Amino acid sequence: MILHKHFLADGAIIRHEKIGANDVYLLDIDIFTNAESFAAGQFVQLQVPDGEILLRRPLSIADVSGSRIVLIYRLIGKGTERLARAAVGSKVSILGPLGTGFGLECKRPLLVGGGLGIAPLLLLAKRFAGQADILMGCKNAAQMDWPLPLFKNVVKNTFITTDDGSMGMRGFTAEHLPKILAENSYDKVFVCGPEIMMKTVAKITAGHKIACEVSLEKRMACGLGACLSCTIETRQGRKKVCKDGPVFNSTEVFFDE
Amino acid sequence: MSEISLKTELAGIKMNSPIMTASGTFGFGEEFEDFADFSTLGAIVVKGTTLQPRSGNKGIRIAETPAGMLNCIGLENPGVKVFIDEISPRIKKYNCPIIVNISGSTVEEYGELANMLDIDAVAAVELNVSCPNVKEGGIAFGVEPKSMMSVIRAAKKNTHKPVIIKLSPNVTDIAMMAKAAEEAGADAISLINTLMGMAIDINTWRPVLGNITGGLSGPAVKPVALRMVWEVRKAVSLPIIGMGGIMNAQDAIEFFLAGADAVAVGTANFVEPDITVKIYDGLEKYLGQKNLTDIKDIIGKLQA
Repeated sequence: MILHKHFLADGAIIRHEKIGANDVYLLDIDIFTNAESFAAGQFVQLQVPDGEILLRRPLSIADVSGSRIVLIYRLIGKGTERLARAAVGSKVSILGPLGTGFGLECKRPLLVGGGLGIAPLLLLAKRFAGQADILMGCKNAAQMDWPLPLFKNVVKNTFITTDDGSMGMRGFTAEHLPKILAENSYDKVFVCGPEIMMKTVAKITAGHKIACEVSLEKRMACGLGACLSCTIETRQGRKKVCKDGPVFNSTEVFFDE
Repeated sequence: MSEISLKTELAGIKMNSPIMTASGTFGFGEEFEDFADFSTLGAIVVKGTTLQPRSGNKGIRIAETPAGMLNCIGLENPGVKVFIDEISPRIKKYNCPIIVNISGSTVEEYGELANMLDIDAVAAVELNVSCPNVKEGGIAFGVEPKSMMSVIRAAKKNTHKPVIIKLSPNVTDIAMMAKAAEEAGADAISLINTLMGMAIDINTWRPVLGNITGGLSGPAVKPVALRMVWEVRKAVSLPIIGMGGIMNAQDAIEFFLAGADAVAVGTANFVEPDITVKIYDGLEKYLGQKNLTDIKDIIGKLQA
């Protein structure tokens, strides 16, 4: 595991725009420090540039380029609503890179993402240099508007599911996973999305005896392992999502208690 | 002009500055190694420690509120033995006084903990009699003077170290509690712990926090904390460690003026992990601007 020294910096917003009809935004920030070594799966704590939001917001790193990082978020509350108002050129305080990244050792990776959980898989796909496949699911075709172009040239095969069947295969990603696993020779699955989806994927990969890593999400305050807001029970005892995760082996965190 | 000094001494503990970290907000210091400058800290107050390891509360543990946050961590900690055997040797290198916040479920447990922590690596113990989130080790001892006094006496009897009592704001008369603490032999007073509060999800009609209620901290509680420090300052002569929503040097200065001998930074550590260094710099600057050289020149100088 590579341990980076954390940085705390006032980043400059280079690009900030709505990329998805369903209130999905992309933030491209210059953090004035080399971001190339950040691991896919790590996250940053962003301070909403508005005096009224107290806690930082944890956002996964969707992409890096030189000293720039890309974050993708959806408007879900007061914090992200205020964040969406931040103008290009303005400053935003970034703390990171936090947590552990995905383990890249494998020959034939399959990435599985649901909704906003697709975002951190972009950097992961790039780390696999076009050798990974992705299975991504959204509610409907309209919500596929942002991930489709982002993943266009960074994966080998793309499998798409929508809950209503308006694009790709109808249903949830996990419903179609067994067939995809049976028809391909993946040796590792990486999943990020709603917890119920990750749990189901973990169960399926376990049945196929394929390694699986999941990226968990939990309310947190500090992101540094101090506040103990994001503690979870694992097979190896209590762990902190922010510091010991957010990436875990699926068998470590999803088990019948 | 002589050099500006933030050095101080509190209950016999020599400190590089009057800036401490509040228990539960700074881990064991290690989490902040990349950001904090331990030479600018007066002391590190580590996470609330109990005799046995505790896994803390289930469910959602924090909720953001206007200018604040609620928490119900529930004293998750590895237990006093792990602290003594594994953690304290690791954090010795910071060369910063370590104060251990302790919680017991009985009066005797406070005594036992104080006794176990009467070791070189520990500068003092801070008695947590005001954690709002656990039945045992918590608020029961801190809202009623008699039980609080017996906890202080039990700790004092079992250690050579200074005993700091952390007062709960969830009382009617904070000055009366402070006087009781002084009478029982406490060496210093920390205040305030969090204010009990709650948050409700209007879509599910359920409490946001797994523990239903939690402790409110952050800027929202600062006016309450300041008022309590001021009231306690008038009531006792013990050293006071003021805390509650300190986010910057200006906030810290307000506490000093109200009568705090030292301050502790809590929630702000979660937001700005280098905040203690910024407050240190801000205090130096303020003293310079006021043509003062010693932090003691402003302590308790509120004209009211």
